Parts: sequence; C-alpha cells; structure tokens
Amino acid sequence: MAERKTIEYDFGRVDTERMRLNVGPQHPSTHGVLRLEVELEGELVTDVIPHIGYLHRCMEKASEAMTYPQVIPFIDRMDYISSMNNEWPYVMGMEKMLDIEVSERIELIRIIMAELNRIGNHQIAIATFGLDAGAFTPFLFLFRDREMILDVFEAASGGRLLYNYMWIGGLQRDVPPTFKEDCLRIVKTVRETNDEVERLLLGNRIFIDRTANVGILPADVAINFAASGPVLRGSGVPFDLRRSEPYSLYDRFDFDIPVGRGEVGTVGDSFDRNIVRFREMEESCKIIEQAVAMLPDASEDVRALVPKRIKPPKGEIYCKAENPKGELGFYIISDGTANPTRVKARGTSFVNLALLPEISKGYLIADLILILGSIDIVLGEVDR
Amino acid sequence: MQAKDIYEKLQKEFGEAIISFTQEDNVEDFVTVEPAKLRDICLFLRDEEDLDFDYLACLSGVDYKSKQSDDLGVVYHLYSVALKHRFVLKVVLNRENPKVPTVENVWKAANWHEREAYDMYGVIFEDHPNLIRILTPYDWEGYPLRKDYKEPDEYNGIKVPY
Repeated sequence: MAERKTIEYDFGRVDTERMRLNVGPQHPSTHGVLRLEVELEGELVTDVIPHIGYLHRCMEKASEAMTYPQVIPFIDRMDYISSMNNEWPYVMGMEKMLDIEVSERIELIRIIMAELNRIGNHQIAIATFGLDAGAFTPFLFLFRDREMILDVFEAASGGRLLYNYMWIGGLQRDVPPTFKEDCLRIVKTVRETNDEVERLLLGNRIFIDRTANVGILPADVAINFAASGPVLRGSGVPFDLRRSEPYSLYDRFDFDIPVGRGEVGTVGDSFDRNIVRFREMEESCKIIEQAVAMLPDASEDVRALVPKRIKPPKGEIYCKAENPKGELGFYIISDGTANPTRVKARGTSFVNLALLPEISKGYLIADLILILGSIDIVLGEVDR
Repeated sequence: MQAKDIYEKLQKEFGEAIISFTQEDNVEDFVTVEPAKLRDICLFLRDEEDLDFDYLACLSGVDYKSKQSDDLGVVYHLYSVALKHRFVLKVVLNRENPKVPTVENVWKAANWHEREAYDMYGVIFEDHPNLIRILTPYDWEGYPLRKDYKEPDEYNGIKVPY
C-alpha cells in the first residue's frame, strides 16, 4: 500500500475557548449507551472522560443468588455480540473446579462455535468501523454473511443472539446433522466476502487516510493498561491466549497470530487494529477447517457429563480465554454451596475502553469516533 | 517461575510485610501481603527482571464475610507477557476501615478496576487520582456487592426493590 505522510493540523492563530461537549449516552456512534465528556479546542480533542454504567444490570450481584448453571445466561448478555465465546471461560473454569473432563468431540464443537462467533464479532467490528469512517456498503455485505453464522447457532441452540449453549460438563444439545457442511460453506463465503471487503474498504484510499496514524497506541502503554485482543496485537505484541497459554485443544491447531505492522502508518494505529481483526477472520477460518476435519461423525450424548446438582468444592479459580475482543476472565469463588460467593467478570471491553482517553487526545473529534470504533467495545460487557 | 519461588523471593526482600503463602486444593497458590507495603511489593514484582509482571490481568474486590471472618479483600491477578507466568496476590482489609494504597501508578489498568472495587465494596484506594463511582450512579449510597448490603427503598424518588 502507498506510503503516507503524517498530517499536522494547523488552525492558524484563531483563538478558541475550550468547550465541553457531551457525546451520548444516546448517540449512534458510541456503539451503545456510553457517555463521553469531551473537552474541545475548536475541533481538537483535548480531553475525554468516559462515563459508563448506563447498562449496569448487576450481573455480579445477581449471580450470587443464582446456582452455577443459571449464571450462564447472564454471561451471554454481557458481550452479546460473541455470546458463545463468553460462556467458554466460565464453563471451562467450572469444569476445572468440578474436575470434569469433557470429550474431545465436545471440545471440537466448542472450538468451532467459538471461532464462528469470532468471525461474527469481527464482521460486526469491521462493518461498524467502516460505518464510522463513512463506508456503508461493506456493512451490508458483512451483516449479510453474519446471518449464515447465526443460522448455524440457531440450528444448534435455538437462539440467534443469546445461546446458553455451552453447559458445565457438556453442551445444551448436539449439533445438527448438516453442521460440517454448514461450517465449510460459511468459511467459503467469509473468504469470498473478505476478498471483496479488502478491496472495497481496507485498501480504500479514503479509509486509509481516515485511519492511518490515528489513535496510536504504543506497545508498552497497551501492556500497562492491560489491553488485550486485537487492541494489544494491533500494537505489535503477539500475545494471544490460544497460543501463549493454550486451553482446550488449541495446541493442536495450526494458525498464525496476526499483529499490527504499521503498513500504512504507525504501528498501533486504528488501521492496524482493524487489519488484525480482518486477518484473524482468516485464521479462524483455518481453525474451523481443521476442527471440522477432526470432528468425529458419530454422535454422542453431549449432556452425559452434565452434573445433576452442581456443588463445587470450596475454592476459587481465575479462568480466562481469548475472546474476539481480548482476554475474558472469570474469578469464581465457591464456598461449597450451590451458589457462587463471588463471580467477577474481567470484561474485555471494560479494560480496553479505559484506554480511550490515553489515545484520543490531540486528534479531531471525528477521529475520536473512529478511535472508539477501533477499540471495538460492547457496552453490555463494559457495564455488566 | 512458580508461586513458591516468587514467595521466597518476596520474603527475602520484604520480610514481615509478606504475611503468608497459601497452598490449598482447588485454589491457585497465592501470597497474602501487608496492605501498607502493597505498592512497593507491586513495583518490585513489576520491575525485577526475572519476575517482570507487567500485566495486571484482573483486580477484584471480595467480601469474605462468614462465621469466622468479617473482612474485605482485594485480589490481584498478575501476568507476565514476556515470561508467561502468573501470580496471585491478596490483601485482607478491615471492613470498618478498608484502606489500601493504589497500584494505579504501577499498572494503569488498575484505575478502573479500583474504581469498580470502590464502587462495589467501598475499598478506599489511597492516592488514587480519581476515586469515584463507576458503574452505579455517582450519588448512589452504600456498596452493593457487600454481603451485608441493604438496598435503599428509593433512589431520587424512584422505587428500588421490585
């Protein structure tokens, strides 16, 4: 791609007073009910203060009154774009506590579901990010394809957005007979559309001009803020829990960890975060293909190991998994009864959003919207 | 590095400020430290070359209320991106006066986590640059995740319990 010069904003000698502007909580470009208190000097952003909590549904408090399986639907509603991924670390942690080892087939189904959901999440992330930059068509293409993924989830779990599919010790039900073909068809379509999106959006001059060198996040700052997922990898840190602490069967798969390289601007800019997401879709496709090839045909009782009453021994666990948005962790404390004493969710979006004031100062207000889009947050997970 | 080795290293450096090392079934090994020394210990964990805990994965407030104890606590889950090892640090705080130094100046990630722990448990993080409520409204009263929390009857004229 073409080389690009840094822009320096020069507004001459016009003196302006600083102004405070409220963006949100009801504003389409904040991707949910987020309120940004922005301090402006002309169009330049001098300070951003995020106010969150508008979607606080007391998930952690409510969990304490629930039994362990009843918490799963709550977790679905945290990051409602990637519910399948959300359920996984919780279920995995509970299985470790209860000392349950699920069969390889169930693990493979979980991997396929999680990777399909990762593609779905990145489709939305790139689509809405394109929308923030003014590109409408890729939005339609990507949402059209996401329907196919949702159809597979619907056939498996009955839900299109919130699944309650992964259960402690198994799955809600077995996958439909056409599952393998469906997955391969999705992979094929995703690749075709991605080809198109790459030409239409990511290689687009206007898009590059809008996103390159905007919202630069250096690697050391990203680590200090405990950023994770594409936000961290966009800054050039090859950190992915599927590779650095392989859980489930991920150590058997062959896939790459795309990182930002500053192809059109500086390492860690908004473009890098999005190109990482875009390339991860291809890696997920690879994982799905391999997993489908490994998946045994014979069906099994996926609820065979689901315990009738879940009463984990006294103890605690911090279990984490690589979500599309980054590291999602659950800190679960059990006192030996049927209800958890504490379920703390380390929401990825919550941690990543804290970066926003750090990386958006000194840019234009239009860029602030782009930077927010490039972090890819879901307010359901920020507020829980 | 294993938690046991890290514990020995910390004990050599800080002596009595390291209260205990716990190894139990179903619990990841953890070290309990004196709250007053927390910031120095965290700086040591971050800056020492063979520890290199540059990543604060999670910070959770906890209410340990039970028949035996009446304490609050804060749990720090640390991780090292380069060395790929993890470590759990805990402080136990008095419910009446839960004060602990902030680690915001060690890991920026702690900023919002500490605000959340303050919001939910009322833990005071000393020297935190902006210790205000984060998830509940700014004028909310009480700390909802404490086990002895009683929800208010009404909030600004709105009925609360349903």
